[in-house]
Amino acid sequence: MNAKGFFAAPVRDPKTAIQTHRVPAEAPWSGLVKRGQSIRIIDLEGQQAVDTLFYSAADFADRYSSQDTVRVQGAAYVTTGTRLISNEGHLMGVVTADTCGRHDTSAGACSCESNTARFGQHTRYLHACRENFVYEVTKHGMSKRDIVPNINFFMNVPIAPNGELAIVDGVSKPGDYVEIRAEMDLLCVISNCPQINNPCNGFNPTPIEVLIFAGDEG
Amino acid sequence: MTAEHTAADTEKDARIAANRRRYEELKAAGDHAPASLPGPTPRGLPLPHGPLTREIIPAGWYHTLKLKTGEALRLALIDAPAAVSLICWNAHETTERLNYADTLKIQWTARLQKGRVLFSDMGRVMLSLIEDTSGAHDALMGGSTAASNRARYGARADVERLRNTRDNFILAAGKLGLDRRDIPPAITFFAPVGTDEGGGLVWGTDNRQAGDFVDLRAEMDLLVALSNCPHPLDPRPDYAAGAVEAIRFRATPPDLDDLCRNATPEAARGFENLAR
Repeated sequence: MNAKGFFAAPVRDPKTAIQTHRVPAEAPWSGLVKRGQSIRIIDLEGQQAVDTLFYSAADFADRYSSQDTVRVQGAAYVTTGTRLISNEGHLMGVVTADTCGRHDTSAGACSCESNTARFGQHTRYLHACRENFVYEVTKHGMSKRDIVPNINFFMNVPIAPNGELAIVDGVSKPGDYVEIRAEMDLLCVISNCPQINNPCNGFNPTPIEVLIFAGDEG
Repeated sequence: MTAEHTAADTEKDARIAANRRRYEELKAAGDHAPASLPGPTPRGLPLPHGPLTREIIPAGWYHTLKLKTGEALRLALIDAPAAVSLICWNAHETTERLNYADTLKIQWTARLQKGRVLFSDMGRVMLSLIEDTSGAHDALMGGSTAASNRARYGARADVERLRNTRDNFILAAGKLGLDRRDIPPAITFFAPVGTDEGGGLVWGTDNRQAGDFVDLRAEMDLLVALSNCPHPLDPRPDYAAGAVEAIRFRATPPDLDDLCRNATPEAARGFENLAR
């Protein structure tokens, strides 16, 4: 579960990052990660779900595909070594480091509308990840139709052999991080999940940090 | 951790405790994965009403159709094992489309069977699984692609010509006036995909045979795209698949104790959202 030792790349000094972005609790973020660069997402306080989407910077129709990723991997969870695959079959990135050990990519993002079905009508007017995604992708000329099921970094959604699916307490501790090396020029879109209706954020959304490291060529 | 516990900390703790309490209450009240869903539908169950349209989809091909609210679609294996991938859109507002992740998450299960529903990205029910002879479908992995065919059958010239679900959906979407950006991940019927203890994806017991079917009742006016391609996890060495029949028929109107409307509080609220 909360195993350690998932590093597959040398541990980098965060001070060598070429960009540092602090994303407040509940907020969206987007940015470009060039081929060869790495993006590190840090769960500063622990137990925070980070809903993440990737688009090819050259063609936004070529975007992260959860189903292609689990198919190529043969496994439902994301961890070190996972190749992130686009809906057009392209390799978008590789998870090169992960101090947490397990991330979900089957349960998608929360939305005001799905919250009403999951938790009741009284949750309709709570901020949600789909709101963050819609808002953020419009900055890049996209719209709701461009939003697809995403990766939930630091979110633990075990799928049992009988199909039962649970959202259980987040397993990440303060400072845990995941690092993805871009294999093409990527637009990364993040919703720092505002969900307070289940344990994915420990009922308390908290800030995260995004670092971008140069590639081998600088 | 600071030594001082400020008024702000106290307020935060109270907020977290209140959120947790609401979740625990909801969990206690809910019956997320009912053990009492009915068993499979017997093979041979006749249609409740005569077919409106009937289409035979050859192996490797796609089909598009429109379903009006209250109509249903029977997908049936007619001569051999096959798998049918499905995506759909709200016919009047195509930005609303099938969302497999919400479908699983809202119903707390990756197993689709008689009694379950398919959700859109707007928290509303698009299709109800009113009859189902197998209860073994893929809600995690989607359909085939050119790359999955290559990986599955080898990188040979004849393999390059094999049709795949991704390309079928690009063609289907194109004919409906939609494009690549509009293709959501699919649900594939008649593909017994599940997970093992470690989260690995496995092809389960394969009992598919001619006569297997699912009946899907449209809960809103829909555009539907279907693709009849072998599933990427199908262990059979050959690409060969059977033809699939897609029969559109008028469903029996749901009554107050309709299984799909009442199976879970979550599905009931998904129907509530349709009526708003």
